[in-house]
Amino acid sequence: MAASAIKPPLTAEIAASERQWIARGLERCSPLAFAGWMAPWLILLGVGIYATYLCLRYGLGATNLDNRFGFGLWIFLDLAVIALGAGAFFSGFLLYILKWKEIKAVISSAVVLGFLCYSGAMAILAIDVGQPLRSWFTFWHPNVHSMLTEVTFCITCYLIVLTIEYLPILLKNRRIKQVPSFLVFEWELHKLIPVMAGIGCLLSFFHQGSLGGLFGVMRGRPFAFREGFAIWPTTFFLFVLSAAAVGPSFIILTTKLVEKITSKRLVKEQVYQTLAKTTGVLLTAYIALKSVDTLIWLNSTSFNAGFAPWEYYEWKPFGGWILFAEIVVFGMVPALMLLSKRIRTRRGVIVLGALLACTGVVLNRFVMTIQTLALPTLSFDEFMTYMPNWVEFAVFGMVIAYAVIVYSLSYRYLNLFPQEKELSAGNVEVNDVPVR
Amino acid sequence: MAAGANEMKKTNRKYRYGMVIDLDACTGCGACMVACAAENNLAPAPAKVTDRTSITLMRVFQVKEPAPMPARKTAFVPMMCMQCDDPPCEHVCPQQAVELDPRTGIVDQMVQRCFGCRYCMAACPFHARYFNWFDPEWPAGMEQTLNPAVAPRMRGVVEKCDLCHGRFHEAQDRAAMEGSDNITYQPACAEACPAQAIRIGDLNNPDDPIQVQIGKPETFQFLVKLGTKPKMYYQSKHDWVKRLAERDSANGNSNRRDA
Repeated sequence: MAASAIKPPLTAEIAASERQWIARGLERCSPLAFAGWMAPWLILLGVGIYATYLCLRYGLGATNLDNRFGFGLWIFLDLAVIALGAGAFFSGFLLYILKWKEIKAVISSAVVLGFLCYSGAMAILAIDVGQPLRSWFTFWHPNVHSMLTEVTFCITCYLIVLTIEYLPILLKNRRIKQVPSFLVFEWELHKLIPVMAGIGCLLSFFHQGSLGGLFGVMRGRPFAFREGFAIWPTTFFLFVLSAAAVGPSFIILTTKLVEKITSKRLVKEQVYQTLAKTTGVLLTAYIALKSVDTLIWLNSTSFNAGFAPWEYYEWKPFGGWILFAEIVVFGMVPALMLLSKRIRTRRGVIVLGALLACTGVVLNRFVMTIQTLALPTLSFDEFMTYMPNWVEFAVFGMVIAYAVIVYSLSYRYLNLFPQEKELSAGNVEVNDVPVR
Repeated sequence: MAAGANEMKKTNRKYRYGMVIDLDACTGCGACMVACAAENNLAPAPAKVTDRTSITLMRVFQVKEPAPMPARKTAFVPMMCMQCDDPPCEHVCPQQAVELDPRTGIVDQMVQRCFGCRYCMAACPFHARYFNWFDPEWPAGMEQTLNPAVAPRMRGVVEKCDLCHGRFHEAQDRAAMEGSDNITYQPACAEACPAQAIRIGDLNNPDDPIQVQIGKPETFQFLVKLGTKPKMYYQSKHDWVKRLAERDSANGNSNRRDA
């Protein structure tokens, strides 16, 4: 009785042992609260794994995809998360190539997010193709004329780059770095990171572009087809630019979300301002070029293909509003909000602007994927719509759950935000960061 | 015959097979669709299959003239792979599972290499490509009806009309045996058509009877402005049917349903 009285309770023991994995000086919730946070995501993961089993065991007939909508929810969301995950390559570019030191405050988080976006997209693609075991054929029999070949090569290589970039963050964990060889490995890896960031930029430039090229080269789909420069349709460049524009915005949104959930300040205001301004500049350039491209397409490209452009917008629900929303509401408006210092320094504007910018690019990916396939081509063709079924939603939910779980673990056990310690001490003014 | 076998001749002649389909003759009976399915070993559709997940390598559409009744007329349009000379599906396939055969002009689909990404389906303006959404299954005993010249396709790959390649190979072998370089054959749809509305020919051969048909003023092709150079030609003496060729000349006609 006396011995058991002095023994700490089991939960306290677990908490003490788990505490040794968390970096010194960082406050984290109790293991029980953390388990409570993770539980619903684990359930979602489980449902998604069951849906994946249905697809792999019984074929894609388990989904609502069909011969007209060979690309559906999964491809649209793949394109969207890959665009949003561009924050990883672009913040790497800003930090290691342009030497914007303040980006260091979010680079680890951006790398983890990029890794999750790309690995999640690859996982969905593996389920989306009819014969996943033949995926390696693309490397063995590559068609160099196909944009999808380029996308496959670059995304695979970039995922390897992101894994290499993720490793040093992982190896810096308080317990893992106690193993001397890991520490040495991390140190050596760290020296490679600027090189990796450079390679990542190159790979990202090409695969983000080629994702746009996927649609731009489809001569048979005049809604998506664009002329361009040399072998690249204009969508190639628009996808690169739009991804680079919203990458920083997605970092803002995720960081703000983590701050909200954990009730902590993780990043100084100046960093948000820099990221927001970057989005503002790039989004302005993107919207300007997209407007020019749209005008050329409406007045020339589409007519040459035998399609009257106004007809694209006669099919409801995809009316002219979708073009207006993409260019004005989710393009010009957030560009202006984030470009002007006077506006973006107001409370809440950065989050709203970033949200609008990200929504605009997601809408663009939706239009290129779903609207392109919905529109008729033959004169006696039908406009068709498509609604994903629960299997498709569950598989995507699984990837979201995977991303939340891995990000939560990374946030808990790795020091994703170097300014967190300083900010949680509560003695830092909002704007007292060294400006670049 | 034995002597013929010893004198098998390999031809280097290049063919460019194409078809002419007389829409005024087509009655929409669907015999071509049935013959195509039987020839190409299409498995019976499982219960879950819908109109949009079924495989119809040849599909007849019913199109109605955009005119008030009783003047409104109906046309039946058989659609299949257009065997384009500049096929958009070939350019986009990431692993070269689609190939325009330079010897025949036929766009081949190598299903053994296809991994089912469906990019080719998105790229095809004629919706002529079909994905195997389900495992093909034949009820017990029905395997006896399978055509040994055509390999059934597995789940998860894209397929399309290949102008009855099995029949082409048989004709090729026959020509070689006979020491001839003239490979002529009838795809299942052309053979089955009771109205003889479907004709095949070699577009490279100036003496082929198909050339006369192509030269007629009532002959047209679908979506020529897209630049895919299809090798399937259609014929009709009716202007409203000819206007179906391009979308912007069809007066927004979308009044179709499957035959």
